[in-house]
Amino acid sequence: MSATTLHAPPLSRTRLGLRALMGAAVVILAAFPLLNMLPQDNVLHVSDFLVSVSGKWICYAILALSLDLAWGYAGILSLGHGAFFALGGYAMGMHLMRLIGPRGVYGHPTLPDFMVFLGYQELPWYWLGFQSFPFAMLMVLLVPGVLALVLGWLCFRSRITGVYLSIITQAMTYALMLAFFRNDMGFGGNNGFTDFKELLGMPLNTGAARATLFYASLLTLVGCYLFCLWMTGTKYGRVLTAIRDAENRVRFLGYDTTSHKLFAFVASAMMAGLAGALYVPQVGIINPGEFSPGNSIEAVIWVAVGGRGTLVGAVLGAFSVNGLKTWLTSAAPDLWLFVLGALFVAVTLFLPKGLVGLIQGRGK
Amino acid sequence: MRGRRLYLDGVSVVFDGFRALNNLALVVEPGEMRAVIGPNGAGKTTMMDVITGKTRPTSGVVTFGDLDLTRMDEASIANLGIGRKFQKPTVFDALTVFENLELALKAPRGPVACLRWHLAGAGRTRIEEVAAEIGLTERAHDRAGILSHGQKQWLEIGMMLMQDPDLMLVDEPVAGMTDAETEHTARLLARIAGRHSVVVVEHDLEFVRALGCKVTVLHEGTLLSEGSIDHVQNDPRVVEVYLGR
Ligand SMILES: Nc1ncnc2c1ncn2[C@@H]1O[C@H](COP(=O)(O)OP(=O)(O)OP(=O)(O)O)[C@@H](O)[C@H]1O
Ligand SMILES: [Mg+2]
Repeated sequence: MSATTLHAPPLSRTRLGLRALMGAAVVILAAFPLLNMLPQDNVLHVSDFLVSVSGKWICYAILALSLDLAWGYAGILSLGHGAFFALGGYAMGMHLMRLIGPRGVYGHPTLPDFMVFLGYQELPWYWLGFQSFPFAMLMVLLVPGVLALVLGWLCFRSRITGVYLSIITQAMTYALMLAFFRNDMGFGGNNGFTDFKELLGMPLNTGAARATLFYASLLTLVGCYLFCLWMTGTKYGRVLTAIRDAENRVRFLGYDTTSHKLFAFVASAMMAGLAGALYVPQVGIINPGEFSPGNSIEAVIWVAVGGRGTLVGAVLGAFSVNGLKTWLTSAAPDLWLFVLGALFVAVTLFLPKGLVGLIQGRGK
Repeated sequence: MRGRRLYLDGVSVVFDGFRALNNLALVVEPGEMRAVIGPNGAGKTTMMDVITGKTRPTSGVVTFGDLDLTRMDEASIANLGIGRKFQKPTVFDALTVFENLELALKAPRGPVACLRWHLAGAGRTRIEEVAAEIGLTERAHDRAGILSHGQKQWLEIGMMLMQDPDLMLVDEPVAGMTDAETEHTARLLARIAGRHSVVVVEHDLEFVRALGCKVTVLHEGTLLSEGSIDHVQNDPRVVEVYLGR
């Protein structure tokens, strides 16, 4: 049988366009801390507020990216990704609390204030090691990763998919929220952690610290984006897409879909944890509210609005929805939840491919 | 002769009291081609579901060589060398024809192996050969979602070929194909048999005749008759339940 050689087609123009969009967004963001140093009356001056708020959005964009990997590619609609974000945040928070040292209100050499207040005599065992930055960073990845591994293994092995899986993930974040609210968990109860002083020897309340954290977040976003882009471009990425669209069929080709989904889910949870860890020192607080089910649902809406299964869409969605939220919560705070709900319904009905679909439609 | 012997005996499948398979027996020797016919609802697809691990039999023995298939999951059975073309063609719509074939190509199946996968020359040649064989060379970089029904049938046959299985289970391969395509399929299957065992389910008796192999007739989940096409066509029981209607 003679066969003609099949050459791979070049990347489509719309796909290149999306990557260019991503590149442009990164360049513009990278300029923010620099433009912040311009005098206030300069038209290009970027306010402190905008720098700090966009630093937060970058963390949300990483969370959205992680969710897109799980939902947009592997078809795992997690309504509990906020939990992985919060766990990463708590791991970083524990490190920041340990770094306060004797500078707390009670001046105890090792115990954080809330522990002194609650009458702890010594540090609980699970707080040991968190004074070390590398150890804390390891936990930022490991804690969400192990939780995703256990939960995913239980669900995927039993072939729990679709709505049932979504409900389980939602229940997980809710249960964690209730647990973290308890004082006897040793995580500061409903106050969580705050009053952080420094990170890596850098005082946190300075412009230099803000800029450093901003660039660290931006670099992480770019790194995660490139990682996802690489991953989804391999045969593994195509197996995920195939699982998303027809999981049973993939099994008959000899793929153990459980392990493929687990791999993606764990990688995604770790990415979400990283986002949470970058978020906490920028906002200066972490409390159980971060586990609230609403947060996870909002993250799903970012991805849906941007366009799932495109990576760039997730980032775009996180920025645009949060931009709208920031503007609206100062302009008309009561309206926000209605607008968010309406946005989700509208996108589902009229823009199934999200903002990216709109751009692609134009490109044709 | 490569491959193992497929052996079913006393196989019953009960769905909520309804017997889709009833004490079914079937033996397919390595390299053999077998046609399975029977009226709608006879249990032909259910039989394939049992062999491929999709449905667990309520009772009975299903072995491939000396391996008990009733204890294995779909992926392990597929990796054992049993490929399947579904009655309703299911290809991955979001992927191109080429990517569909690449996914089916025999290669390590784990996540890390897939991440590190690089399509080498031999694999590419194989994909090109199969794409040509199923007449989809021109469409190789089109998304499978936009193919016609007949082309999806072809693609699914192609994906089965890529797996290079010892046993191929082919459920109604020529549904929705033109006469010329049907003939091409018969030739393709005839060429494959010998190297692989093939079980073909088909309603089209002309097609079955063209295959020129032993025929098994199923009715209400049991074996009704077995033999050459002429033998079963003249079997009074077959005439009564199937051909006579
Ligand atoms: N999952 C199921 N649950 C309940 N009944 C089922 C199930 N699968 C198949 N059946 C029933 O079992 C019987 C056999 O079905 P099967 O699909 O095996 O028939 P078939 O011989 O392939 O028919 P056709 O020629 O129409 O494809 C049918 O009556 C069908 O309705
Ligand atoms: Mg059938």
